Amino acid sequence: MPDAAGLELIAQELNDAHPDSVLGTYHERGDACLIVEPGRVLDVLRWLRETPTQEYRFLASLHGVDYLPAEPRFGVIYELLNMPRVERLRVRAAVADPGGEELPSLPSAVGLFPTAEFQEREVYDFFGIDFEGHPDLRRILMPEDYVGWPQRRDFPMGGEPVIFTRDEPEVPRWYE
Amino acid sequence: MKREKLRGLAPLEQPRSPEVLRVRQLRARDMLRGDLEGVDLEQFVEESVMTTRFEKALNWGRANAMFPLTFGLACCGIEMMSIVSPRYDIARFGAEAMRASPRQADFIILSGRVSIKMAPVVRRLYDQMLEPKWAISMGACSSSGGMFANYAVVQGADKFMPVDIHVPGCPPRPEALIYGFNKLQRKILGSPDPGWRARYNAAGTEEWAHAEPEPTPEQLEAYAEAREMVARAPGGPAGA
Amino acid sequence: MSDGAITSGSAPAHGGDRLARTEAQVIGASPIERTAAGEALDLEHELMTINMGPHHPATHGVLRLLVSIQGEIVRDLKPVMGYVHTGIEKNCEDKAYWKVIPFVERMDYLSYHFNAQAFCGCVENLLELEVPARAQYLRVIHMELTRIQSHLIWLGTTALDLGAMSMFFYCFRDRDRVVDLFELSSGQRMHTRYFQVGGVIEDIPVGFADRVLDFCREFPSRVDQFEALLTQNEIFLNRTRGIGVVDKQRLLDLGVTGPLLRAGGEPWDLRKVAPYSSYEDFEFAIPVGTVGDGWDRYRVRVQELRESVRIIEQALEGLPEGPWIADDRKVVLPPRHELATSMEALIHHFKLVTEGFRVPPGEAYYAIESPRGELGCFVLADGSAKPARVHIRDPSFVNLQSLRDMCVDGYIADLIQNLAMLDPILGGIDR
Repeated sequence: MPDAAGLELIAQELNDAHPDSVLGTYHERGDACLIVEPGRVLDVLRWLRETPTQEYRFLASLHGVDYLPAEPRFGVIYELLNMPRVERLRVRAAVADPGGEELPSLPSAVGLFPTAEFQEREVYDFFGIDFEGHPDLRRILMPEDYVGWPQRRDFPMGGEPVIFTRDEPEVPRWYE
Repeated sequence: MKREKLRGLAPLEQPRSPEVLRVRQLRARDMLRGDLEGVDLEQFVEESVMTTRFEKALNWGRANAMFPLTFGLACCGIEMMSIVSPRYDIARFGAEAMRASPRQADFIILSGRVSIKMAPVVRRLYDQMLEPKWAISMGACSSSGGMFANYAVVQGADKFMPVDIHVPGCPPRPEALIYGFNKLQRKILGSPDPGWRARYNAAGTEEWAHAEPEPTPEQLEAYAEAREMVARAPGGPAGA
Repeated sequence: MSDGAITSGSAPAHGGDRLARTEAQVIGASPIERTAAGEALDLEHELMTINMGPHHPATHGVLRLLVSIQGEIVRDLKPVMGYVHTGIEKNCEDKAYWKVIPFVERMDYLSYHFNAQAFCGCVENLLELEVPARAQYLRVIHMELTRIQSHLIWLGTTALDLGAMSMFFYCFRDRDRVVDLFELSSGQRMHTRYFQVGGVIEDIPVGFADRVLDFCREFPSRVDQFEALLTQNEIFLNRTRGIGVVDKQRLLDLGVTGPLLRAGGEPWDLRKVAPYSSYEDFEFAIPVGTVGDGWDRYRVRVQELRESVRIIEQALEGLPEGPWIADDRKVVLPPRHELATSMEALIHHFKLVTEGFRVPPGEAYYAIESPRGELGCFVLADGSAKPARVHIRDPSFVNLQSLRDMCVDGYIADLIQNLAMLDPILGGIDR
């Protein structure tokens, strides 16, 4: 984990190389995180991967988070790992929800990190975040014709209410 | 069924002492030669032949030679695999020949959570099994949805297919599953009436695949788009 | 199939209905078929797409594979997952933190203690809670026993797929011995709920250490017997040598970790490079392969069985005295006998059982080395008693992306072998 000063340095160098890409940083409990503009996330990832002093070449995890009710609503989190130095860095792309029928979108990282293929499909499947440039963006874990984005916070949990023994005689069975 | 009745269908008591055995041997030799007559012959037949109703014998044969369908869905599948293992040996009950094809299997052990994507597949497998067929729902998840009360798990396999025996547990111990299997055997020995499965429309076997329904207009449009995309695509591969 | 260079010009169009992309739109047109579609193919070179699964004896769980074959040679492969998707991550958002542990355990259902460790470690990071040394050692013992159990089941089912049926019985017999030990310590064979936030739920009983030592003393000879059956077996060698080789850089690009990566030649094991839960106290080696074929993967995992036994023996030897769970009463249940005498203990117990402990807002990612690779847990806490997001980075899910590279241009029989050597656990893939 780069320490707090190192993290600020990275953020500053990134903003020099790609202006206005880093929106903020935070460093707590040993974890370092860069908060990044969603349209620029590929530049950030490429910079972090190619720059000789950084070299975060391994994408350990790509996942989505719904921060409802905070704005911007979604975060797509890239857990980067520098294997020789064993340092982890988190890059959070703060994606806003455009609302209505339109899906939030950001560029796909499959070109840089082929491991992102299934993981971006999973984020699409569960949060409805569109990744531009993904070769095969469709649902991966839900049935193909499912409607809805299950892991969004406003999606209902589902299941059915528990029928207690005292209520059982009144509740009709499904076949009645 | 009571245990005594169960044992009553077992092979005859075998004689223990060598003298009795020798006497039986000599009498058998006489019978084969045609030397036994009258009362002796009648007594011989009584002692060596078991008589019962055809149905009982049929049920006994069915119960003791069952082929389970290998259907491990999730964690319960591991415990189901371990009933075949030497410690919890299900071979002593005649059911170690697990068949992968539903056409050859007698009963399906639903071991694990049934997700909404898998439910039609399970139902189709059950339909493809030949009569007589049974289903054991192993574990809490396939009996009632288990701990997963959410959008993705069918709250009990008996919402869409007939289940004969539910085995509780998360996962049930292999002994529990074997006990459930024994209960199924006893159920079969009692000649159960399968008419209750009518509410699932599950009696009988689906011999031929059903015709696919006519595509909806949206699907037709999607197919057309796909064809166009294939036609438009450049010659090389588009990605890894 | 170039090395991950995607040009946006050849991506599928994003017009039309965005909500549901059906199979028809994408799945039929695999790259090979696109090229071959226009040509007049004769019968010898016809491509056939067949469907394996989800109900199949050789896919390890409910995995569906769409395989495009030309004769017996696999030309393209598409895995379709989600047949055991349980919505665990969403369900966890509704439960108090300690209730999440049984949910998370059931993801990768052969390495349940690892799932629990990933989650508990993450929450402990968020709480900045210190786990006592005895609890760490007990966790290590249980985790390594789970690793042995997982590799035994892998070995049994892989050998079964390749035709060596008797290995299945031997491996399950030993697996039963491991699971007996779990039953001794926690009362449950699988999904023991033994790991809690702050330590382990209760101390090991008298006699547990002796039984584990008995097991450790006997187990290496069993591994010798397994190796004698398989390692130099001509049929096994013919089926696994040289099959399924993917080069190391491609594996790293695909995010593959665990025994697959180590068999490919990269000595990466989180227990060594980023030790957690007092793994730095133990001396053990990491088996690393050279070629990265099926035989190397088998050798790596079998050697890991032996190394795990070493770790368990060292842990038992050095097991420190002390509490088995942290002391913080705001997080950990007080011991039962205190409830009769102390009012604060009663109040803490009540609050913890009804509402659960609160975690200050923040997010954390915690990664451990499970039998299949890097198992990471991401928890977003919003200050309440329930997590706002739990995500498990499952190794099987990411490793499955390498299946295509392994199987293309090989035979179908090699596909079975590659899938077995990949050690996929569908509960982890589908979550």
